[in-house]
Amino acid sequence: MAGDVLIDIRDVTKTYGIGETAVHALRGVSLQVQAGEYVAVMGSSGSGKSTLMNILGCLDVPSRGEYWLDGTNVARLTEDQQALVRGRKIGFIFQSFNLIPRTTAIANVELPLTYAHLRRAERRQRARRALELVGLADREDHRPNQLSGGQQQRVAIARALATGPRILLADEPTGNLDRHSTDEVLGMFDELNSDGRTVVVITHETEVARRARRLIQVSDGRIVADEVTR
Amino acid sequence: MSPRDLFGAAMRGLGANKLRSLLTVLGVSIGVGAVIVLVAVGNGSGKAVQDRLEAMGTNLLTVSTTGGGGGFMRGQAGPSAQQYALTMDDAQALADKQLAPDVASVAPVMTSTGTATNGDTSYTVNQVIGTTPEYLPATNTPIESGQTFTQQDVDTSQRVVLLGQTAATELFGRPGSAVGQTIKLGSVDFAVLGVLASKDSTGFSDPNAAVVVPISTLRATQAGYGALNQIVVQAAGKDRVDVAQAEVTQLLTARHEVPADQTSPFRITNSAQILQTSQDTAATFTALLATVAAISLIVGGIGVTNIMLVTVTERTREIGIRKALGARRQAILGQFLIEATLLSLIGGAVGVGAALIVSRFELAGVQPVLVPSSIALAFGVSAAVGLFFGSMPAHRAAGLRPIDALRHE
Repeated sequence: MAGDVLIDIRDVTKTYGIGETAVHALRGVSLQVQAGEYVAVMGSSGSGKSTLMNILGCLDVPSRGEYWLDGTNVARLTEDQQALVRGRKIGFIFQSFNLIPRTTAIANVELPLTYAHLRRAERRQRARRALELVGLADREDHRPNQLSGGQQQRVAIARALATGPRILLADEPTGNLDRHSTDEVLGMFDELNSDGRTVVVITHETEVARRARRLIQVSDGRIVADEVTR
Repeated sequence: MSPRDLFGAAMRGLGANKLRSLLTVLGVSIGVGAVIVLVAVGNGSGKAVQDRLEAMGTNLLTVSTTGGGGGFMRGQAGPSAQQYALTMDDAQALADKQLAPDVASVAPVMTSTGTATNGDTSYTVNQVIGTTPEYLPATNTPIESGQTFTQQDVDTSQRVVLLGQTAATELFGRPGSAVGQTIKLGSVDFAVLGVLASKDSTGFSDPNAAVVVPISTLRATQAGYGALNQIVVQAAGKDRVDVAQAEVTQLLTARHEVPADQTSPFRITNSAQILQTSQDTAATFTALLATVAAISLIVGGIGVTNIMLVTVTERTREIGIRKALGARRQAILGQFLIEATLLSLIGGAVGVGAALIVSRFELAGVQPVLVPSSIALAFGVSAAVGLFFGSMPAHRAAGLRPIDALRHE
């Protein structure tokens, strides 16, 4: 699996608005990520890294350029096809966890499996396994408001992993966590990556970026540095 | 996403804000309940009128003479009153199958008033009806006890009488005990042959206060040999009433040599027409009530839209998350449509239940009569209301771009 080109972005630009008020969030970005890589995308706020993350996650489409994800040109897909790609290939981890309120941990983990049309029994089984993996098997009936921030983020990681996605896409995953939880979550990323999972982390914290094997710096809508760190 | 999952998500959504869901449900249930109850009230009042009229006999034509109003205009008062008086011969002609094939039976009627006495008890009968045996079936007046008089009684002027319920009660205390007794009508003895069954009042006179005697007897003892007051004609069938009426008019016009340019001196009251008119009135009344109720159902539906719009706005972020996790347009649309439809279906069920209870009681003097189709309709409409009024908010939810929905705070 390692060595496959998973993400292939070719000269992508993203412009919001038109005419004089147009904002050029991305001004021609090209990037390739191989399967099994652990990539950190760094940049200050307004650098375009969030836009890049949205495009990588198929939440947004580029204004120009091509995005090949696992051999598919995503920019050409319909809205529903994009939803399918999101559900199958990408696991999202957000800064603010984004669990569905008033819904148990296990039901949250099951949600992407539901949208993938899995059977009830298999859903339950897979969700349990994912929760075990993040060490929250005993919390499956807890609702988000009964869990700590670190635990919520671990539920979110379990949810991201449940579908067995090709890429884990984390947007400032430790932004709302304390020291201890941050270490826990980052440790989990290390572990997942060493098991062969592709991880892309968007962050502005050097400490988080240091854990990755490859560091990409974004500034003013362009990639300014791209180096293998370890 | 299976229907069961969609249903579960919708239930959780509704449960998240119970009071709000409850109030929306209440709005719909009031609408549905109002439709069912008000239609039942309209229907009930229509039925009541219809029952009363049917008690009178539906195939009934009542012929009376207006005395030839046209004659006075030309200064021929004397002869025209005579000329147009209804006679026994008219009644016989109308009963002729050749002349009037759509007439089933004919009963000449003469009325007078009199005082009936049973020993010391006396009772003023304001309607002594002299007629033939055909009168009772034609006017839908069954005998409760005893028996009716026969044509032979009429032919031989027998002094027999049938008492109305009120008359029998006044004279004998118990109506049942009157049969076989003798009363005096005026100064003449009459044998009580039977007692008429109780009847709803249809007009100005109380049919229970009347007594019925053979027309020949009445003529001989009380009223003399003048003109008939009316002729009661029964049509051969419900759908032949109009034909029978035409035949009667034609026959009488010919027999009394009414000039062609004169308005008919005979007034023919058609019970089917009265029934039709009052049914039309009742239908209008019902439609009016149903319209008012339908408006309240629409208002309830707008409540569903309103609440669903609020819900979609409130849960924009959740929609974004769902979309990021792979939810397709259909899945989001389905979730919110089911939520809206559940609201209105629960409302519909509650409304039907409430309406079933409320319609057991008399409302505004009317006993409501449930129309099964109105229940099905109201329930179906409430489901449709959910789909229709929920579709706009649901489409709005489904159309959200995941990126915008996720950024929503």
